Amino acid sequence: MQTEESLKKRAKAALRKEAAYGEKFDLDEYSIAPKETKYTDNLNELDEKSQRTLLNVGVVPSGEGRGGSLVMVDNAISHSSVSDREIELMPLHFAMQKHDWLKDYSWNLVPVDADKYTATSYLENANGYFIRAPEGVKTKLPIQTCLLMGSKDVSQTVHNIVIVEENARLDVITGCSTSSDVDKAMHLGISEMYVKKGGTLNFTMIHNWAEQIGVRPRTVIHLEEGATFINNYVTLKAVKSIQSYPTARLTGKGAFARFNTIAVAHPGSELDLGSRVIFDAPDTKAELVSRTITTGGTVIARGEMIGNAVQSKGHLECHGLVLNSKGTQRAIPILEANVDDIELTHEAAVGRIAREQVEYLMARGLSEEEAVGMIVRGFLDVGISGIPDELQKDIDETIAQIGKSAM
Amino acid sequence: MLEVKDLTVEVGGKELLKDVNLKVEKGYTNIILGPNGAGKTALLMTLMGFSGYKIVSGQILFKGEDITHMSIDERATRGIGIMTQRPPNMTGVKLKNLLKLIAGDKDMEQMAESLDMIRFMERDINVGFSGGEIKRSELLQLAAQSPCIYLFDEPESGVDLMSIDIIGSTINDLVHGDSTCPGDRKGHGKSALIITHTGKILDYIEADRAYVLCNGTIMCEGNPREMLQEIKENGYEECITCKLKKA
Ligand SMILES: Nc1ncnc2c1ncn2[C@@H]1O[C@H](COP(=O)(O)OP(=O)(O)O)[C@@H](O)[C@H]1O
Ligand SMILES: [Mg+2]
Repeated sequence: MQTEESLKKRAKAALRKEAAYGEKFDLDEYSIAPKETKYTDNLNELDEKSQRTLLNVGVVPSGEGRGGSLVMVDNAISHSSVSDREIELMPLHFAMQKHDWLKDYSWNLVPVDADKYTATSYLENANGYFIRAPEGVKTKLPIQTCLLMGSKDVSQTVHNIVIVEENARLDVITGCSTSSDVDKAMHLGISEMYVKKGGTLNFTMIHNWAEQIGVRPRTVIHLEEGATFINNYVTLKAVKSIQSYPTARLTGKGAFARFNTIAVAHPGSELDLGSRVIFDAPDTKAELVSRTITTGGTVIARGEMIGNAVQSKGHLECHGLVLNSKGTQRAIPILEANVDDIELTHEAAVGRIAREQVEYLMARGLSEEEAVGMIVRGFLDVGISGIPDELQKDIDETIAQIGKSAM
Repeated sequence: MLEVKDLTVEVGGKELLKDVNLKVEKGYTNIILGPNGAGKTALLMTLMGFSGYKIVSGQILFKGEDITHMSIDERATRGIGIMTQRPPNMTGVKLKNLLKLIAGDKDMEQMAESLDMIRFMERDINVGFSGGEIKRSELLQLAAQSPCIYLFDEPESGVDLMSIDIIGSTINDLVHGDSTCPGDRKGHGKSALIITHTGKILDYIEADRAYVLCNGTIMCEGNPREMLQEIKENGYEECITCKLKKA
């Protein structure tokens, strides 16, 4: 049992501890993001620009087709509502007061002293969302959450906890974005997710930051017997630096995790994106799929599978396209087997779009730009469901831009 | 329709075609015969404009227009359609999506059915397709494209016996429709240039003229059936001595 005292001590000691990967940011250059904001009862009443910002990260202001919505601006909750009465959705601070037992879940998967970003988030007493699907409850509609950066030169600290109880099913769409007038800021996001026996969590995250934003998510997912976790991560817009390495721990027999990562690194962007799966129980499975493109930025696609239990099976697939010679793609797959009866495989390829493929489509009458666009679209299509039309349109536009930049 | 004049082509610094001259008139189906490595594929790829085939001299005219230096898509939109010998795996590009883009308003359902391609609609083009499936998918796309001239590179090669009938007869339908005599075909207006190593395709489509290509040059031209017969009897070596005799 971790006491508040000891956590605080550990966090304080880690305040200068650099992260293992990614550009080093000096957090002293950023002030703490405001802890208060205007509460919005109805997201529909937001101005058109804000609504568009939400839509572009998959968050529907009308709440239509969603079981609930929570919006956080800077370090404050600006909206929280649920239409699916069976699901719990509320600000984490509120949930901690409501459920005494929740403290055992908090800072349990992510150590407070992992690095200075986790330490800062802990010491700032970060708020965020709490979502819980009670035993046997299966969401029909996804819960949507939005983490918005509303102020300049600040660091936003977020702490989320998601719990899927036994045999429950939960779909979550999280969009992260920046108000149009914010250029420079930091986002630190802690997420602890629990998927219990037979439960399913389908988690989709869309990032839509701005050119001078630094992003440091810290995510751990704990899976019990027969649990399933599907993670879709999409970041197609310019950003300064994202470094994340979510870790799924398969602790129960037959657990399954899949990570789909779709990312575009624009000039000036550094994307250090990984996913890690630890096979701690027999018969567990995982698939890690990463499709990344650089149009001039740097992509580091990491993937790690650590096999500690027999009859586990994992496959890691990193494919990276380099659309011009200013960009860099680095694929770093790591496989580790600590038992004999296990099958971990990987497949990594980085390089340009095959000329032959472009010309094949051109011979059917497509222009070079259309051909590249079609190949890029196909490359990025790993079959993510539940993306609203507006976001799909925005994705298509981004892909069309990428097609142009490859010329 | 298509006219090739004194075409000399290099690939990777090596001359593969030398002073090639040939013609495909409106409504005509001409074939190119020739041994392995003669340069047949190089010729067709050059006609479509694929990169790597460097035109050193000569000219390609299509409907009277000089297309020698046009891009591939400009040639395609002007009405040239090709089935290459070994199309690439198009990972991520679903047959359905490309077909829709090529066909526009055209309904391809029936064609897809007759080519037994319905179940391939959601598949990535050519990925894991058998030889026959690749050709059938190419034919479906060509039908959607509906070009004025078809370029086929050994449509019968690498195809299982089951597929060859449907491929042969579909090629005939696309190029000639119902018409069997050259006069009629002129009215129908579609042309084709078909590379065939074995001549098997002549079981399905009536051709008007044959060219024999050896070592990158056209050796002779003539009646397709007669020439095929002669090659079957004497082999391609004879073409070279024959050409020498004529000179
Ligand atoms: N990229 C290349 N570089 C050099 N030689 C090539 C290249 N591609 C083909 N060739 C050679 O050019 C000749 C003609 O090839 P090809 O046109 O494929 O012949 P065909 O289709 O008549 O069998 C062959 O000898 C072949 O090996
Ligand atoms: Mg050939």
